[in-house]
Amino acid sequence: MHADPAGVMTGTHFLDGDHACCEGALAAGARFSSGYPITPSTEVVERFAARVPTVGGTFIQMEDELAASIALQGAVWGGAKAFTVTSGPGFSLMMEHIGLAVMTETPCVFVDVQRGGPSTGLPTLPAQADMMQVRWGSHGDYEVIAVCPNSPQECFDLTITAFNYAEQYRCPVFVMMDEVVGHMTEKVVIPPPEQIEVTPRRYTTLPPDEFLAFKPGDDLVPDMPRTGEGYNVHVTGLTHDERGYPDMTPATQDKLVRRLQDKIKKNVDKITLYEAEQIEGAEVVVVSYGITSRVAQRAIELARNKGVKVGKFRLITAWPFPEKQIAEIAAKVKALVVVELNLGQMVREVERAAAGKAPVRFVGHAGGSVHRPEDILQAIMEVAR
Amino acid sequence: MSELTELTVQNPVEEFLRMDRIPHIWCPGCGIGTSVNSFAHALIDAKIDTRNVAIVSGIGCTGRVAGYVKQDSFHTTHGRAIPFATGLKLANPKLNVVVYSGDGDLFAIGGNHLIHAARRNVDLKVICINNLIYAMTGGQTGPTTPNDVITSTNPYGTFDASFNLPYLVEAAGAVYVARWTAFHVRQLARSIQEMFAKKGFSFIEVLSPCPTLYQRRNKMGDGLDTMKFYKEVSKIRNGAATKDVALTKSGEITVGKFVDRERSDYRDLLHDRLLDSLGDDYVETEACTCQ
Repeated sequence: MHADPAGVMTGTHFLDGDHACCEGALAAGARFSSGYPITPSTEVVERFAARVPTVGGTFIQMEDELAASIALQGAVWGGAKAFTVTSGPGFSLMMEHIGLAVMTETPCVFVDVQRGGPSTGLPTLPAQADMMQVRWGSHGDYEVIAVCPNSPQECFDLTITAFNYAEQYRCPVFVMMDEVVGHMTEKVVIPPPEQIEVTPRRYTTLPPDEFLAFKPGDDLVPDMPRTGEGYNVHVTGLTHDERGYPDMTPATQDKLVRRLQDKIKKNVDKITLYEAEQIEGAEVVVVSYGITSRVAQRAIELARNKGVKVGKFRLITAWPFPEKQIAEIAAKVKALVVVELNLGQMVREVERAAAGKAPVRFVGHAGGSVHRPEDILQAIMEVAR
Repeated sequence: MSELTELTVQNPVEEFLRMDRIPHIWCPGCGIGTSVNSFAHALIDAKIDTRNVAIVSGIGCTGRVAGYVKQDSFHTTHGRAIPFATGLKLANPKLNVVVYSGDGDLFAIGGNHLIHAARRNVDLKVICINNLIYAMTGGQTGPTTPNDVITSTNPYGTFDASFNLPYLVEAAGAVYVARWTAFHVRQLARSIQEMFAKKGFSFIEVLSPCPTLYQRRNKMGDGLDTMKFYKEVSKIRNGAATKDVALTKSGEITVGKFVDRERSDYRDLLHDRLLDSLGDDYVETEACTCQ
């Protein structure tokens, strides 16, 4: 279906990534957000707090991130599309409720505007060091979907994508920004509402006496009930059967947790997003994402000017990781260069997917500034030799 | 014979329970089930449309209430029932949102959420079963455990101060505060009815035996002995100053309705403020629900 025009600020704007993310959420139909202030993410909800009463919705500032990350889930079960926004220290506190959203199949969006860590780290400076935390940070086995915008335009576009994936697959979806993408200001084009595709909630059409709250459809995703309509649904973070009732047996656990993984794993080709450029015939392919891809672009151009055949592979979904695509590339190139603002996170996935078919060179530092193109260039030139 | 057949009628609370989940997990002598019975009777007597009642629980013995009541029910994470309920209520205000959880869940790990929801005066009905201990995990000291009792984590006796729940909740801003025990089933049912008639953050503490872990370890008898104890030491003092109602190991249990006051709830305050500031630009909504 198309976006509700009320939330769509159609036009050409000059926005920073945080504000563009907020507009993406509104365009996607988000009418509830619960937040807790944290640099460098707060601008998203500051704008939402100003905008949403003029659109028809609610923002509430909660007492901490534990509360923010579950109030939104209450709102989702109440019928709203909802999200929250945070940065590293707050993201750490939210891990508990990422697990809850996974287990209860609550469609919701978490935005993490990454800054340097561990702990309080670098509150005002960029990093991409929460990339493994988003994948593995809550306890238990699960899969997530995480998108990585590299511009304010993509902060808008991919926030809509995140909401759509959340509704389609009934799982938490993450928008993994960073301080620079959040605070850089660029042109953002917001299309008219009829050009914005919005995935509606999968409300069941069955009457209450025929409905099982956690019985999946063919795509392994169950439909949702409407609260307050007599479905008497039970939603629990405990291991549960198709009725939603606690059933703590190894068989039910295995069936449930496998399905929660499989609904993403088996749809990986539909979910995975990436940008690939001049991969054919490349000697070296540079893998990057988010703000780092903007810097890598310069290094790639410099290397091409020096006669090296360099391809670009940008992760748009970091999770699920485009494993198949990286494996194919690794079989054809002399080397891969992985650039990220951390001391080695997604590079582990690249190495795993490459499986020794091509060497993988890592270029990274612990955050606080974006890369220097020269450092990436040097790595490209060294592996191209 | 036919008279006997006619007598086998359904218990009126059955329609409020997920009978396919009975028997429940609570121990013999526990007061949680007793409180659920009072809750069901309150819904019957108040003729409340149960489709609009949602139950939110945290974790622990009382956290399991959500799994036995036949309403939309949410068994959330430890301590976080109140923020979940806050989101549910704000997104879908037609719902009567009841938070049903235990003392450890609401006042230790969830204590910050509770005082903030009371401060904001979110329209939530909070029923706190206080068994004076962490029961699900085996009888550890909680924020309400009185002095001079033995618990698994204070094997030589408790010594630090415990919370006086009505005092704390009143100070935080609740509009309705009452306390009963598992012995006071009718008074509790009436109190729950009153709570449903209030708008704003309402709170009922229900003192409940934990014969398995609290009474047994402290040689205080079984569930029945505890009921007799409640009967003997409880004094109904409606309107009592909450600062005077702290619980001790064996002293008086002051019960009754302590606070019943009017204060605009969060949603009304939000609405009035936005209307005042935004005027015609304010888009009022019945709910934040999506298509």
